[in-house]
Order: sequence, then structure tokens, then C-alpha cells
Amino acid sequence: MSKLTPPLPKFLRPAPPRPGEDNGAGHNGDAAPSRGEKLREDATEKTAQVVGWLDERSNLSPLLRANLYRKVPKGTNWFYTLGSATLFAFVSQAVTGVFLAMYYEPDTARAYESAAYITNEVFLGELVRGMHKWGSTVMIILIFLHLARTFLFGAYKYPREIQWIIGVVLLVLTLAMGLTGYLLPFDQRSFWATTVAVNLNASAPIIGPYLADFMRGGAEFGAASLSRFYALHMLLIPGLIAALIGAHLYLVAKLGTTAPPWLKPEKKSLNSEGI
Amino acid sequence: MNAQEKEQYLREYSQLKNAGKPFFPYAVTKDGAMAAITLFVIIAMAILFGAELGPKADPTTTTYSPRPEWYFFFLFELLRVIKPPSLVLMATLGIPTICLILLLLLPFYDRSPERHPLKRPIAMIGAVATVVAMAYLSIIGALGGPPSEIEIPVAAAYEDGAAVTAASGCLGCHRIGENGNTLGPNLTAIGDRLGRDAIARTLINPTSPMPSYQSLQEENPEQFEALVDFIASLKEEAAEGGQDTQ
Ligand code: HEC
Ligand code: HEM
Repeated sequence: MSKLTPPLPKFLRPAPPRPGEDNGAGHNGDAAPSRGEKLREDATEKTAQVVGWLDERSNLSPLLRANLYRKVPKGTNWFYTLGSATLFAFVSQAVTGVFLAMYYEPDTARAYESAAYITNEVFLGELVRGMHKWGSTVMIILIFLHLARTFLFGAYKYPREIQWIIGVVLLVLTLAMGLTGYLLPFDQRSFWATTVAVNLNASAPIIGPYLADFMRGGAEFGAASLSRFYALHMLLIPGLIAALIGAHLYLVAKLGTTAPPWLKPEKKSLNSEGI
Repeated sequence: MNAQEKEQYLREYSQLKNAGKPFFPYAVTKDGAMAAITLFVIIAMAILFGAELGPKADPTTTTYSPRPEWYFFFLFELLRVIKPPSLVLMATLGIPTICLILLLLLPFYDRSPERHPLKRPIAMIGAVATVVAMAYLSIIGALGGPPSEIEIPVAAAYEDGAAVTAASGCLGCHRIGENGNTLGPNLTAIGDRLGRDAIARTLINPTSPMPSYQSLQEENPEQFEALVDFIASLKEEAAEGGQDTQ
């Protein structure tokens, strides 16, 4: 277990015992350890056994250790949390989305009623719908802030070009989530906004009409469109987003995050490093 | 970046990285705090603003406003600002597509090794211009009416009808003056071709994909009459003269 212990920050390190203090460890050659201590030791040992059992079969711990204790460059600041906050917003959308999917019915005759049912009847339904709705806004804001951060820090440059490209695709997919999700409650506003949006697509050259037909599920806006938007919104696009986030994070772990561009390594460490 | 610059970057980076702290628990603590803030904001917004649900979607509606989510306002505004039909396509699809491609390929045309924002003037000017343009369009989009607004001069007698038309979604498919879509025929001078009765017949018994407005006629006869009067009043000389002469 001790191999797993990271260099802890000061406030997490156990305070060294002070002279004249009974530091509670009870190792002063006294009699048998107290009941509480014994329990604690037992628990530690059992945990170690379980972890050991898992590790023996999965061999995960080197991977975990390499990733958890990898170093982040000097100067890493709060702006670097925007990516993981976007990820968190996505997870929140996924979780609230699952709960909405339990009640929602993608059928022109039932969609609005089921949305109303969620809002008015289901326990905490309005809260969950609200979280999903406003979560999309929060995620869009965070993704743009994260984009701005990586742009300002020049993080898209060598060797992180692929990360940037995956990021732009993620941005488009996230916007597509907003577009497809907007129709689902099937109220006036969402219906007409989506009609206009699809008509816009229809006017694109060459692929436009096909794309619009594909989105509508036919020449007209109707039942087929709704179930199509639903499938896109809760299967295809989120699947793609999850996969691409995986690739994005793999590269983050592999290449490391950039250091702030105004930091230059100190001369001293240049020598001591001895590249 | 040439090979030497790449190597220098990697060398400096590995030094800065070695001088850094472990991801766990330092970065993880910050990420966790940020996640907590994110969750708090989402829940607070959900509680404060709720999840409104408007009236049920109705393709033959009399009141609707095709408002997208706020982050699409700038696209709708592009559509509204750029009116000449030959340019609409460019506005709504061309400009965003070009911007997107420029964004996607950024690492391939911005190849200088410089990363400090203050030493990349061109990139910064481009970024600020983009942000200002998008913010400007979004704000106007938020303040302005929906893109289905009717902006041709309307005589007082037809104002009711114009309002019903605007609210009925005709512009989702038809063009009146400079506004509207091009799925159906242009209605700007429809009064020259079709009489009142023919228009009323079309509305009650249209050819697909146009929806039927029979329910409007049954439930709100005056509104329906006003709508038909307005559409019938759309004539060439009225459109040109800017005044309805009837
Ligand atoms: C879903 C799209 C759509 C909507 C909404 C719509 N229309 Fe139409 N409309 C059409 C199409 C498409 C045609 C052409 C049908 C055809 O080819 O015969 C048409 C035809 C017409 C015509 C006959 C034009 C001609 O040249 O013969 C009139 C008049 C008309 N619409 C008026 C209206 C009015 C008024 C409204 C709003 C109350 C409206 N439409 C709403 C799609 C629509
Ligand atoms: C679903 C959306 C996204 C998620 C969940 C996500 C997540 C992350 C995370 C966790 C990091 C590492 C830490 C950080 O810098 O914040 C990161 C880095 C990065 N992201 Fe994203 N990201 C997303 C979208 C984007 C977008 C839209 C772009 C830009 C177009 C982008 C470009 C980058 C780049 C270039 C890095 C490397 C930053 C560095 O090394 O300093 N990402 N991303």
C-alpha cells in the first residue's frame, strides 16, 4: 500500500508527535491495542486484500498510479479546470437525461404530455428537467471558455493539434445536442424554432435537402422527425461525444497539459536537468 | 515550427512539468472544486428559472415565435440581417461553415512557435473580432423579433391581418417582402395572382406540405378573415409604392 501514497500536501500529512504528548498511537510498549485500533487495523488490512485481489487480476494499479501521480506543469491554475468542468457538465447531462428518458415518449401525440407529466407530476421532475435544460447552457458556456483558454494559451500548437481538432468536433456535436434536444418537449417555441432550423439546412447546396430529409425523416415535419431527433439526441450524438472525450482525455494524459505560455524554465534547472 | 523549435518546446515543457506538482491531489482538488461549483450553478439555475413548457406544438398555430436557444441567436440574426435572397444562403450556412473550417484548421495555418497571447497579435485580433461579432449578433438577435417578422409597410386596415400572418408561421415557408423562407411560393405580390376567395380556399384546403388553417377559420373567424384580407392586399404596386393604395 505504501507505494501508493502520493507526496501529500502539508495539511494532509499526519502531524509529527510532539514531545510530552500522548500521540494516541499507543505504541509505548503498553498492553494489547484497544478495540478501536484493532478494528481500524482490520479494516485497512481487508481493504488492502480487496485491492490486492482486484489488482492481481486487472493489473490496474500501475496505470492508475501513472495517471494519478503524473505531474502537471508548474503554473497550472484555475483556468485549467474548465475542461474537466465541461466533462462534469456532460456527465450531469447524461445522468439527468437518463431520468428524463424514463418518462419521456418520443411520439407527436404524447411528447408534449409526457414532458408536462415530468414537469408537473413526477417527484422532483421539474428540478431534473430544469437541470437538464440549464445544464445545456452551462455546458455550452464552459466549452466556449475552455476553447478560449486553450486558444489564449496557444495549447493548440505542436504537439496538441489533434486535441484541438477533436475539441472542435466536440463543440459541433455539443451544439447539435442543443439543436436536437430543443425539439423534444414539443411545445410551440421548440417546434417552430426547429422547423426553421431544419428549413435552413434544407437550403444548403447539394447535401442540404438530403440532410433536411434525413433530420425530418421525410419531406414533412412530423412523427418521424420527433423519433429521429430523439434517437440522435440520446444515442448517436452522446455516444460520439463520449468516445471523443475518451480520445481527448487519452491525449491529455499522454501529452500532459501545457504550462502557461508566460512561464519559462529557470536557468538553474536547465543545467541540473542535464537533458 | 521546425524540428529545432519542436525539440526546444519539448525540452522546456518537460522541465516545467518536472517542476510541477502531482495531478493527484493538487489538480484534482481544483477540478473537484470547479465541479462542485458547476453542479451548484446548474441546480441554482434549475430552481430559479425552472423548466418552462409553453403551449403544445401546433403546426396550424396562431401564436408562435421561432426562438432558438440563445446560443443559436447569432445564426438567426445572420439570417435576419442579410436579406437579399441570393445572400441568405451564404449568411446562414456559408459564413458559419467557413468560420468552423477556419477554427478546425487553426493549428495548421498558425504555425509559429510563439504561445504567449500578447506576442500573437494577429491571432488575438482575429479572436477579439470573432467574439465581438458573435456577441453583437447574439445581442441583436436576443432583442430583435423572430425572423418571421413582417417588415413591409402595412396600411392601418390590414395591421390585424399582418399580425395574424406573422403569428401563423406563414413565413416559415413563404416570403413576404424581404422576410421569410423560400419553401413555398413568394407571397409578396400574391394578390395580383389570386383573389380573396382563392386564397381562403388555399388556406382551408392547401396542397401538402402547407398545413391547413381550417381550424383557425372555425375557431377564430375574424382572425381568419383579417389574414385573408391582408394576404389579398399584397400587390405589386403596393409593394413598390411602399403604400397600400386600397
Ligand atoms: C409548411 C410550410 C407552409 C406554411 C406554414 C404555409 N404555407 Fe402556404 N404554401 C406552402 C407551399 C409548399 C405552397 C405551394 C403548394 C403548391 O405547390 O400548390 C403553398 C401555397 C400557398 C398559397 C398559394 C400560392 C400560389 O402561388 O398558388 C398561398 C396563398 C399560401 N400558401 C398562403 C399561406 C399563408 C397565408 C400561410 C400562413 C397562414 C401559409 N401559406 C403557410 C407551404 C406553406
Ligand atoms: C465535451 C467537451 C470537452 C471536454 C469534456 C474537454 C475536456 C478537456 C480536459 C479535461 C482537458 C485537460 C485539462 C484542461 O486543459 O482543461 C482538455 C484539454 C484540451 N482541450 Fe478539451 N474538452 C472539450 C472540448 C474542447 C474544445 C471545444 C476544444 C477546442 C476547440 C478543446 C481543446 C483542448 C486542448 C487544445 C486541450 C489541451 C490543453 C492543454 O494541454 O493545455 N477541448 N480538454
